[in-house]
Amino acid sequence: MAGLVANTALLRKLLVGFVRDEVHKVGIKKVVLGLSGGIDSALVAFIAAEALGSENVHAICMPYKTSNPESEAHARLVATACGVNFSVVPITQMVDAYFNMVPDADNMRRGNKMARERMTILFDNSAALKALVLGTSNKTELLLGYGTLYGDMASALNPIGDIYKTQVWQLSEAMGVPRVVIEKQPSADLWDGQTDEEELGFSYRQVDELLYRMVDQRLTKSDLLISGFDIEFIDSIYSKIQNSHFKRRLPIIAKVSNRTIDRDFRYARDWGK
Amino acid sequence: MDFTVVLAQIKPKLGCIAENLTTIEEQIAKAAKAGAELIVFPELALSGYFLKDLVPEVALRINSPEIKRLIELSKKISIAIGFVEETDDYHFFNTAIYLEEGEIKHLHRKVYLPTYGLFDEQRYLARGESFRAFDTKFGRFGMLICEDMWHLSASYILAMDGATTLICLSSSPTRGIEDDSPGSAVAWQKLTSTTAMFLNCRVLYCNRIGFEDGVNFWGGSEYIAPSGESIIRGALMDEDFVAARVDEGSLRRERIFSPMMRDENLFVTMQELGRIADERKR
Repeated sequence: MAGLVANTALLRKLLVGFVRDEVHKVGIKKVVLGLSGGIDSALVAFIAAEALGSENVHAICMPYKTSNPESEAHARLVATACGVNFSVVPITQMVDAYFNMVPDADNMRRGNKMARERMTILFDNSAALKALVLGTSNKTELLLGYGTLYGDMASALNPIGDIYKTQVWQLSEAMGVPRVVIEKQPSADLWDGQTDEEELGFSYRQVDELLYRMVDQRLTKSDLLISGFDIEFIDSIYSKIQNSHFKRRLPIIAKVSNRTIDRDFRYARDWGK
Repeated sequence: MDFTVVLAQIKPKLGCIAENLTTIEEQIAKAAKAGAELIVFPELALSGYFLKDLVPEVALRINSPEIKRLIELSKKISIAIGFVEETDDYHFFNTAIYLEEGEIKHLHRKVYLPTYGLFDEQRYLARGESFRAFDTKFGRFGMLICEDMWHLSASYILAMDGATTLICLSSSPTRGIEDDSPGSAVAWQKLTSTTAMFLNCRVLYCNRIGFEDGVNFWGGSEYIAPSGESIIRGALMDEDFVAARVDEGSLRRERIFSPMMRDENLFVTMQELGRIADERKR
């Protein structure tokens, strides 16, 4: 699919330029990001290092006691490869302190809590380091809603939110992300052996082909059927997008006045920058 | 006559008139020093592009100190520049002015305000209602603002009105990462080249750079000869100061070689457009 094949040199220039411009224009030099050991945050670390200089990038690995030790090893490998500052802040104590009070919480609640715990650490470091928090959610995850609202979805700037996982792989290759990180199975690493593709029930490459046609090209359902996609797959992805839309929007505000924030009070965030 | 033009590929700050004016004055001084006779700035160079509710806050009257200052500077070098214009009846236009020898030689209000995809201009701005060619010391010009150029009729009218140089002031966002250049840049390059070729006009295209809320503007400002050939193209996505020598000879030769504009039948065009308009009324 031509549209999913990126000119990585051009994409790299665009995303590196984005981080540099949007960080510097608010009078800040540094960024902080969570480095999970996976490919998305690895790519963002590489982009940030090139944009701002590796000394201005702070990567924090935040394992829980059940996290695969390989994840931290890969995070360290990525940080070394792109030369960024690296630290480890385990979240076990904080997360366990809460779940000791609510021991019957299921995996989803635990996973969300962990994601939000990490978010609070990143934003605390944002204040401590005078650094903006970089987001690491790609377009595939954002469209599917495969992320935690106010957790891993929270950031000041997201360089990869408009590129699909397929394109994340391509750009990661071009930018020299360590091969082991590119080739491993994507995983939220919430429990042993978990993989994204098993949990989602389809591969990223499959779903990217569908999302690209559905979202970017705006093909209708009948167009998609002619293109060879199963009706069940089309319907399930459409409803995932629809049902997760709240995660991609600001909280809705009850309208009372003539100028309601974001409805008829509209300014770019780069207002005055 | 031959002349030297500078396409000032700058990065305006959103909503910061004073700072942008400083940048613009620096560019004007630099161009004048380099011996240029005309400097072209991007669309909304004084204000930035994604203004939304900032439109009334950044709008300038034609007699504002900022515009007066630019008019004054045009005694040294001719200037084409874009800004938000506020009128006496409190309409706000996406406007381009052509300044020369201390006078406003022409004022164009953007006619085609894009309101699709990432664009939302018509929500905030009033629509211009004319395309007029005008005389400058370098010959007869026409001015277009970005989306205007995507309407064939706009360039056509200016060429029929005698313009042999089309200036297009632009704030074109980057979209599409499949080709060597951004998809929007590829599309624009086809458009400016084809327009030049069809109308035997030279095109001076000035596009901004920088980011606003994550949207990049790709630059790539360009001088296209009347043959459609790109003579010089500015940097992609980086600041640039594109200086070009524009020669009269190539315009004359092209008009001899491909006299489409000489042969263009205004009467047939008017007759058929008149018929179409009549039929639509029914």
